[in-house]
Amino acid sequence: MANLLEIRDLKTQFFTQDGVVHAVNGISYDLQEGECLGIVGESGCGKSVSVLSVMRLIPDPPGKIVGGEINFRGRNLRQLSEEEMRHVRGAEMAMVFQEPMTSLNPVLTIGFQIVEALKLHQGMNTKEARERAAELLAMVGIPQAADRLDDYPHQFSGGMRQRVMIAMALSCSPSLLIADEPTTALDVTIQAQIVDLVKRLRDKLGMAVIWITHDLGVIARLAERVIVMYAGYIVEEAEVKELYGYPRHPYTIGLLGSLPRLDVRIDAKLTSVRGQPPDLVYLPPGCPFAPRCDYSAERCESEMPSLEAVGVGHKVACWEKDKTEGVRPYGR
Amino acid sequence: MVGNTGNGALVQVRGLKKYFPITRGVVFSRHVGDIKAVDDVSFDIYQGETLGLVGESGCGKTTAGRTIIQLYRPTAGEVYYDGQDLTRMRGNDLRHMRRRMQIIFQDPYASLNPRLTVGSIVGEPLEIHRVARGKELRERVEELLQLVGLNPYFINRYPHEFSGGQRQRIGVARALALEPDFIVCDEPISALDVSIQAQIVNLLEELQEKLGLTYLFIAHDLSMVRHISDRVAVMYLGKIVELSNSDELYENPLHPYTKALLSAVPIPDPVVEEKRQRIILEGDVPSPANPPPGCNFNTRCPVVMDVCSEEEPKFVEIEPGHFCACHLMQSQ
Repeated sequence: MANLLEIRDLKTQFFTQDGVVHAVNGISYDLQEGECLGIVGESGCGKSVSVLSVMRLIPDPPGKIVGGEINFRGRNLRQLSEEEMRHVRGAEMAMVFQEPMTSLNPVLTIGFQIVEALKLHQGMNTKEARERAAELLAMVGIPQAADRLDDYPHQFSGGMRQRVMIAMALSCSPSLLIADEPTTALDVTIQAQIVDLVKRLRDKLGMAVIWITHDLGVIARLAERVIVMYAGYIVEEAEVKELYGYPRHPYTIGLLGSLPRLDVRIDAKLTSVRGQPPDLVYLPPGCPFAPRCDYSAERCESEMPSLEAVGVGHKVACWEKDKTEGVRPYGR
Repeated sequence: MVGNTGNGALVQVRGLKKYFPITRGVVFSRHVGDIKAVDDVSFDIYQGETLGLVGESGCGKTTAGRTIIQLYRPTAGEVYYDGQDLTRMRGNDLRHMRRRMQIIFQDPYASLNPRLTVGSIVGEPLEIHRVARGKELRERVEELLQLVGLNPYFINRYPHEFSGGQRQRIGVARALALEPDFIVCDEPISALDVSIQAQIVNLLEELQEKLGLTYLFIAHDLSMVRHISDRVAVMYLGKIVELSNSDELYENPLHPYTKALLSAVPIPDPVVEEKRQRIILEGDVPSPANPPPGCNFNTRCPVVMDVCSEEEPKFVEIEPGHFCACHLMQSQ
């Protein structure tokens, strides 16, 4: 299948009073039409900034995309004017954010906010747009959708608001849906509803999905391929079963080992990753994970390894990747 | 019900209720209703064990924890600590008991005073209870910092100089200062990154072994609760619906809510996830100000019967040590 999105050596930095924050440090990946890609990493690893860069929603100043290409269906989005970009956003790619309350306008009705996008991108009149909005709300599972168009965001619960956000994102049938931790603020039973909804909608509408999260459990359920990010770098990329079954980067191994599981009891201690992530202003010259890594060698301190293939569709950025072959995270 | 004395229980909670009043009017405030945050719960916490308390946000688990150690005074019910009823204690007696029970808070950013040094934060309980002063105080604080894995050299630093995981360690050191027997851990890891969560959980486990502590571990992460707890209580809308030893609860859940909750938790393993059946609950949790009559889960229960909306199910022992409040269990 054709590539929908090709990211090449993308670099995004923030120029702050404390110095230059190296949020995204030259990442490259492809996304096929209709594929579901998971991006995992801890807070501050650059996962959100990387997709905000794709949408060109980085606040400038202080942020700036300083290098690389973002090819969406053969067009480099970095070269589009702001006006052209506005047509891409919403119509071709849409985003769902973490906290639905802050991304909906509290003084406008839900209906107004959905209708606005439909009129702008699809050229519908008010009546058509309202009908379509009601259809969309019904599609994301909001009961009595037509009656709720005139309700305000505060009249919906957290899970329902996130459904409204998804309806809004899907309003112009985008070919790419970017979900930035959409279930982090929700309870597990509501999270399960939202994950299943997105899965169902993707099968129905055939759009590609990039799902960003720190929760390796959600990704296991949803994604086909997974990218692991650390300190603004992609450290590992693989098909979902390959990644969980045969992780190769010491960070991925550490993360999987630090997760307890619901289905088996592990009596031993969890294998925590010692230390903490580096400051993105003062990134070490070598591999950013080296200070926390059990496999770290001399070269790791001075030189950043590049992302190299270790199997079919499996890439890892690690100098000591030969040593991690066959290493199982604890409890697996 | 649960045996009363001489069964190794350190804390016995009996019929505990905590209602927060809803008032109307500015000048003459009228009492128009109650938020039933904790509504008649009874359970024991045994010496040296970890009791997990799980539930979705707003189910009253935090209020229950705070009411047990009398940070909130209960509306009704008793809490026996080592045989003494805390709810009848006032002033000095209660303050004296507080040395034996401490709490670790959820948000390590909000629970440490930013204007105090680590030394004053950890040393404050020692000063208030006149346990140590001067040089002795400093030595004791250094000892505590070492115990929780922090460099004693940090004693004069301020909270903002630490990362989230380190701050939570400061919170743990403060809770340990008075050598308590019982610690309420109120979601101590939910604000932390995955790789740091395991560090804190391992620390809590080590301290429990070393110091013989008893924990009430409040959390919404069911996988972590299984890992750390000996027994687990599940709360829904102010009530405990099921209580059992943790392996039994996870392998043989009885209450329909527990079943749904467990099935909603994603497992970080795509091979397992592919085969799992999920019970997706419809709708949202009702408001605790106006819980439905009968069993308060009847609005979302997939196996609801007529009796469920008429009569409240009793919390009874179905199998030895396995308690459940559901009409389905009692009709069999």
